[in-house]
Amino acid sequence: MQDKKRTWGKFILEVIFLVALFTLVQYLITVGILNRYYQINLTLMGINIILAVSLNLINGFTGQLSLGHAGFMAIGAFASVIMTTLLDYPFIIGIIIAMLAAALAGFIIGVPTLRLKGDYLAIATLGFGEIIRVVLQNIDYTGGPAGISGIAKMTTWPVLFIAVVVTIVVIVNMINSSYGRAIISVREDEVAAEVMGINTTKYKVLAFVVGAAFAGLAGALYAHYFYIVKPETFNFLKSFDILVMVVLGGLGSTTGAVIAAIFITVLNAFLQEYAAVRMIIYALILIIVMIYRPQGLLGNKELSRKSFNRIWGGKHVSSTNK
Amino acid sequence: MSHLQINNLSKSFGGLSAVLEFDFTISQQELVGLIGPNGAGKTTVFNLITGVYKPDQGKIYLEGKDITGLPPYDICKKGIARTFQNIRLFNDLSVLDNVKIALHTDVPYSLSASVLRLPSFFRGEEKMHQQALEYLKIFGLDTIKDEIASSLPYGEQRRLEIARALATRPTLLILDEPAAGMNPNETKELMELINWIRDEFNLTILLIEHDMSLVMGVCERIYVLDYGQIIAEGIPEEIRNNKRVIEAYLGEEVG
Repeated sequence: MQDKKRTWGKFILEVIFLVALFTLVQYLITVGILNRYYQINLTLMGINIILAVSLNLINGFTGQLSLGHAGFMAIGAFASVIMTTLLDYPFIIGIIIAMLAAALAGFIIGVPTLRLKGDYLAIATLGFGEIIRVVLQNIDYTGGPAGISGIAKMTTWPVLFIAVVVTIVVIVNMINSSYGRAIISVREDEVAAEVMGINTTKYKVLAFVVGAAFAGLAGALYAHYFYIVKPETFNFLKSFDILVMVVLGGLGSTTGAVIAAIFITVLNAFLQEYAAVRMIIYALILIIVMIYRPQGLLGNKELSRKSFNRIWGGKHVSSTNK
Repeated sequence: MSHLQINNLSKSFGGLSAVLEFDFTISQQELVGLIGPNGAGKTTVFNLITGVYKPDQGKIYLEGKDITGLPPYDICKKGIARTFQNIRLFNDLSVLDNVKIALHTDVPYSLSASVLRLPSFFRGEEKMHQQALEYLKIFGLDTIKDEIASSLPYGEQRRLEIARALATRPTLLILDEPAAGMNPNETKELMELINWIRDEFNLTILLIEHDMSLVMGVCERIYVLDYGQIIAEGIPEEIRNNKRVIEAYLGEEVG
């Protein structure tokens, strides 16, 4: 009973927080305090959060090192643009098709490659990511290497906000369930999981498909903000960028992925003017984190009210509150 | 009908035959020991039964049904659970979550119910929570349910592994050296516990063990394996006095 009350209380608090955050940003945009420059970075931040949280499902929770996330983003971007710009469907249809197409690609790629382990899987997914990009460069229908331009700008703050919230809610709810525990057991010990009745291949593919679908969502949002979409945008470096966020935040920590995505976006924005040193600073931060905190900022823990209480020595929350 | 029957099972790695023409049978609720010197192939037999390895030849029947070559998760669902010689817990997870993972074969809600947090999810989670706690209570682990599995002392890790295996609701439990690394007192307690869970859960139990006092004390029947082949089979008394067994363990008599 007590637990139930607490769950509801927490839920209401979260809703209030989200509504407040949404309204505040919407207000700041309306009155013009958040100008175009800030809005671009805000959009990038949202897209990066979706990418990092979805890749974390694959790399952090399932423990399968995938380096092809930008490939799924590309499929989502092009699928949505084909629907909206070339075929004149509404944006929501574009988003749904983007997610379905990326999920399907994730399934087709996942079934054969997820038998591989560690380095081999990383190389296979890296290869598939590149194949997707090269294939897109050679399809005339989508404009070849030049891509498609003149895309209507439809990724507004409400759309972005809902997409980010849905991504986080779906993935967090999935992880905090019996299905999530099955996924995590694959990371912990594949043989033991299999012997305990977990069909490990099924759960690896499930995580891969869900992760790919949200990468597709991120691709759709990206394409409909920047007017133009080119295959070259989704190269290996983009996959690497997303991986850096996940590793920096801590493999297996959703809050860590969100914080790292925000941090990297802000860092990129500040370093825009110093393009020459940008990658150097980027690399330095990574090296420092890897030396002093190899498990990432949050390790596999989540940031919650409980951790704040721990850090600032506040009142102890009973251990049943989880 | 025998609970588990194995006919002519063989497995080799490269040129080395680890298990050769292995025949075995165990009845419902029997407690059988499999012993043999190091490297005799005992764990390989367990890996073949649970599907971790695929046999080169031979058949395995569970309650009359052929389960040869099925994947491990399928064999688990059919009622065989096991522990490992070198404990394989989900190390970064809590004691409670380790057991909950084993309950997943019978998950009472759908994936979409968990994403949408439908009432069936909360009911199901509560049910799984209570079930997991019951298994932990049997092994006296309920008071440390929130500890991380890898932080437990060795004996408790062994007990947790058995609790986790039981949570898959098996009819046949396979224990790979359950008393390894335990002192005589702990071993004795463990034996009592094994006997108790057999009666409580109507289990058939097959165990590998090095500790002779334990095997002789608790097993109703014993198979002795040496170089991948059965060299003796019978009640503990017979095994104790079997010449070939003594030779396999102590070497041939000198002088």
